[in-house]
Amino acid sequence: MSLVARHLEQNGVPTVVLGSARDIVEECGVARFVFTDFPLGNPCGKPWDTKMQRSIVGTALDLLERAWMPRTTVQTPFRWSNDEWRDAFMRVDDSNREALARAGEERRRQQAEAKKGDRYRNGKS
Amino acid sequence: MNQRRPYRSFVSYIDRSREYYAAQGYSQPYTWAHHDDAPLTPLKKPLSECRVGLVTTAGKMDAEAEGQGRRKIRELYAVAANPAPRRMFTADLFWDKGATHTDDVDSFLPLNRLAEYAAGSRIESVSSRFYGVPTDYSQGRTSLRDAPQILEWCREDGVDAMFLSAL
Repeated sequence: MSLVARHLEQNGVPTVVLGSARDIVEECGVARFVFTDFPLGNPCGKPWDTKMQRSIVGTALDLLERAWMPRTTVQTPFRWSNDEWRDAFMRVDDSNREALARAGEERRRQQAEAKKGDRYRNGKS
Repeated sequence: MNQRRPYRSFVSYIDRSREYYAAQGYSQPYTWAHHDDAPLTPLKKPLSECRVGLVTTAGKMDAEAEGQGRRKIRELYAVAANPAPRRMFTADLFWDKGATHTDDVDSFLPLNRLAEYAAGSRIESVSSRFYGVPTDYSQGRTSLRDAPQILEWCREDGVDAMFLSAL
């Protein structure tokens, strides 16, 4: 998404990115970024909270007008109802380490099977 | 509330996903796009005279997606923005399914909120179409195939400024 924003900017179209993965957007480098520190999924405001959504969209419109330097990030003032999601998302610890390793093995096995099937169907076995 | 913390507050998805996939046995980490510089184009006219477009990473909710809970291909698309879709396909995207949901499309595709700003004359209008770009493992496909197509649609529709909302 950030790569698309950069391409539009390079070709004369002003952009603003709205997102919650701050590191990914800022590493890529975009002109204007409205960051909301929420779990991934609702970068434009909490579901059904039209007032918050209007505020975040308004912040993005303000930033379109006012940013004078690239890589301008504005963080909206909103907070999620709790902080549990911060550690829970894609967590790796002793409770799931073995299960994750097994899931990875299984996925690679399925991918290898699918590849073998493709080669067979294409007459390259 | 003032606090002191020995760590940064926001989640690093680059660190988190690298460790998660390493735990699954993928030793070669994904390499994320990094640039030292970034381009910036100022608005060419007052915002109140601008047509604003919107790009999303979410997919269209078609019959297959609806029925089978998956889609065969992740495609680039441009579809009518009015009326705003009531549902979008997000099941195969990378977002926090444990903490939240995407049942309210305006929480990630704020076409109705933008239309309200157009009605209030903060912007001139919302583009007649919005644009879908698939998240792609290949940065080459995003830069060489997807981004130029979005630019072309943007020009066809007379878009003066673009919102890009990443799920």
